[in-house]
Amino acid sequence: MTTLKVDSELDCSGMLCPLPVVKTSQAIKTIEVGQVLKMISTDPGAPPDMEAWSRQTGHEILESTEEDGVYIFHFQRTT
Amino acid sequence: MSKTDSDAPKRLALIASKGTLDWAYPPFILATAGAAMGWDVGVFFTFYGLTLLKHDVEAEVSPLGNPAMPMKMPFGPEGFQNINWSIPQAAMSIPGFNNVATGLMKQTFKNKGVAAVSDLRDTAVELGVGLIGCQMTMDVFGFKREDFVDGCEIGGAATFLEYAADADVSLFV
Repeated sequence: MTTLKVDSELDCSGMLCPLPVVKTSQAIKTIEVGQVLKMISTDPGAPPDMEAWSRQTGHEILESTEEDGVYIFHFQRTT
Repeated sequence: MSKTDSDAPKRLALIASKGTLDWAYPPFILATAGAAMGWDVGVFFTFYGLTLLKHDVEAEVSPLGNPAMPMKMPFGPEGFQNINWSIPQAAMSIPGFNNVATGLMKQTFKNKGVAAVSDLRDTAVELGVGLIGCQMTMDVFGFKREDFVDGCEIGGAATFLEYAADADVSLFV
């Protein structure tokens, strides 16, 4: 795993759809373009939903990992 | 309301026509998810769905006539919580059964990390989702504008259709 510089962190543990997508969309607005948001989720539906969110919004997924049911995403704000 | 700019965001137009708790979720989940993706979202609340715009969301589940509804307990050991209770439909007509079933369902949602309908509605307003209440339904049931949350407007079929004419996704819930 590479070490990315994280500018902001959001914990969505325990939350189900649509909260991870909603909270991420709100959190990404609090960082600058080019900065990185780390998001933690325990929702098994998060990977496909966050990928769709990324495609729709253009905010890039720099890294996406899963370990023991914990999903960690690194998003870069692009617009 | 027309989408003239070709660079305009995608548009989602929803009709929310049902007022029970199970049917209250889909329009608010879709609306907030769409808005979170940067889409322009409008929801038209009509018939029983209009009650979802009242200040206090009093939506209940009705197990009667809903044989596919899982009947689960939101407390106790995991094995107990996973039991799907088989309750005769006749028993569901007992006064107060809806209240009990609604309480259990809300607790189950909360335990699993699902937002309350009223919280999703607040989020929808924060994200700029357009909430349109149906004037005709208001007239039929005697609702007044002040019965509804501030973040909504009132309109009719033509109002919704003009908005939906430029929608990329339209759904009737």
